[in-house]
Amino acid sequence: MIEVKDLYKEFDGTPVLKGINATFENGKTSLVIGTSGSGKTVFLKCLLGLLHPERGDISYDGNIYNQMSPDEKRDLKKDIGMVFQGSALFDSSTVEENVMFPLKMFTNQPYEERIERVNFVLNRVNLENANKKYPAELSGGMQKRVAIARAIVMNPKYLFCDEPNSGLDPKTSTVIDTLIQEITKEYNITTIINSHDMNSVMEIGEKIILLKNGVKAWEGTSDEVFRTDNKDLTNFVYSSNLFKKVREAQLKEDSK
Amino acid sequence: MLKEVFKRPQKSSIFRESIFKEIEDLGINSIGIVAFISFFVGGVVVIQTALNLENPLTPKYLIGYASRESLILEFSPTLISIILAGKVGSYITSSIGTMRVTEQIDALEVMGMNSLNYLVLPKIIANVFFYPFVIIISISLGIFGGWVAGILTGLVSSADYIMGIRSDFDSFHLVYSMIKTSVFAFVIATVPAFHGYYVNGGAIEVGKASTRAVVWTSIVIIVLNYFLTQMLLGK
Ligand SMILES: Nc1ncnc2c1ncn2[C@@H]1O[C@H](COP(=O)(O)OP(=O)(O)OP(=O)(O)O)[C@@H](O)[C@H]1O
Ligand SMILES: [Mg+2]
Repeated sequence: MIEVKDLYKEFDGTPVLKGINATFENGKTSLVIGTSGSGKTVFLKCLLGLLHPERGDISYDGNIYNQMSPDEKRDLKKDIGMVFQGSALFDSSTVEENVMFPLKMFTNQPYEERIERVNFVLNRVNLENANKKYPAELSGGMQKRVAIARAIVMNPKYLFCDEPNSGLDPKTSTVIDTLIQEITKEYNITTIINSHDMNSVMEIGEKIILLKNGVKAWEGTSDEVFRTDNKDLTNFVYSSNLFKKVREAQLKEDSK
Repeated sequence: MLKEVFKRPQKSSIFRESIFKEIEDLGINSIGIVAFISFFVGGVVVIQTALNLENPLTPKYLIGYASRESLILEFSPTLISIILAGKVGSYITSSIGTMRVTEQIDALEVMGMNSLNYLVLPKIIANVFFYPFVIIISISLGIFGGWVAGILTGLVSSADYIMGIRSDFDSFHLVYSMIKTSVFAFVIATVPAFHGYYVNGGAIEVGKASTRAVVWTSIVIIVLNYFLTQMLLGK
């Protein structure tokens, strides 16, 4: 479980996060949504310790991050898998080496076991026959999937994904969403996904947090998305024509 | 900063692997250009020394002696280091800087890696241990280039030149040269690495950081050259 208390982060005097409170539970896939520039990436990076918030506490299963020693922080990070918005693959290494890197670094498994695990996770993200390719030779969506494979290869306890399906077609996108959800359930991990993809919102959405102007503007589940009359949320959701139409159809249905 | 760099590597097998990779990238790949430059500059040094020793009473072997000394003391350790500051320094800054702006360094950190240690320490070790060999190659080829030039131009005979090369050899000059080389090698690994590691922004900033890194590395080398010389050779 990850708890965030009163998280405040600014850049050169401009606040981006103005006191966020949130709880993310084990075995659940939580979604952080918001328009571009609303601070989703900054939020995740604060959780990961890549950015240092001015104020606020983040605790991992009860342990407050700021009070951990550097060694404890490193140990915690071995339990974290992260998919960066831009994939962040090591571009001088092949797909296989990228995914194998954490195994090589933090386990003493023999090569056969490692490669077996690598092939297994690559298989799960529907990526075969790309083992020997370099990231520059892959499409954006394929790079994303390699990044996901790398993030889950160590069986993390916490999984963070910054827009895992941007750049993916709707079909692969659904596959990825389902995959992340399955892994979350299967290993009872805490998963946080940043997204502005409404499909994911409908697909996953066991817990959804909407960021707007640096505060948490709404929190709920995907079922509640259609029922709420929270202005911020409806503005966000129905800026998509598709969903506007779905909504209108639904209202028509309801009034019958 | 340096404290993080010099922490114990997290996994020794990977650390060894990285050192060999860096020796190849930073050292072996530089030998060609170093050899080429050293050979020709050795020739130029001999021609210029010969022309400056016009007095017919000065023995010709002094040309060999003077060339050897200038190659060992100054040309190979300092000038080659400045050239490597350009070649290797810009490579280090741009490769680490690109990793920074594409979040690869963040990815390492999130995995629990000490990224400074992982990225910089192998470069320092590869440089400090391998560059002395590069400089010895440079000195040897410089002397050889001088010999070739001496014979081709007829300014000094092979026997005279070789006699000069072998006369009055002070082994401390070679030690001094190797100490300088190791210090410069350290500078060439660290200054550009930090410029790359702390880059902010995108491709343009990486480019600017590379240029800045080369300038600073060269300045640091030149200044240290002065102080090391005063310390080690000054009376
Ligand atoms: N390193 C930084 N320095 C200064 N400002 C920053 C920095 N990183 C982010 N910001 C600012 O913080 C705000 C939120 O950025 P963030 O990247 O978190 O947005 P986002 O919600 O992830 O958007 P997107 O959906 O486009 O990825 C933006 O206004 C951005 O300009
Ligand atoms: Mg973002």
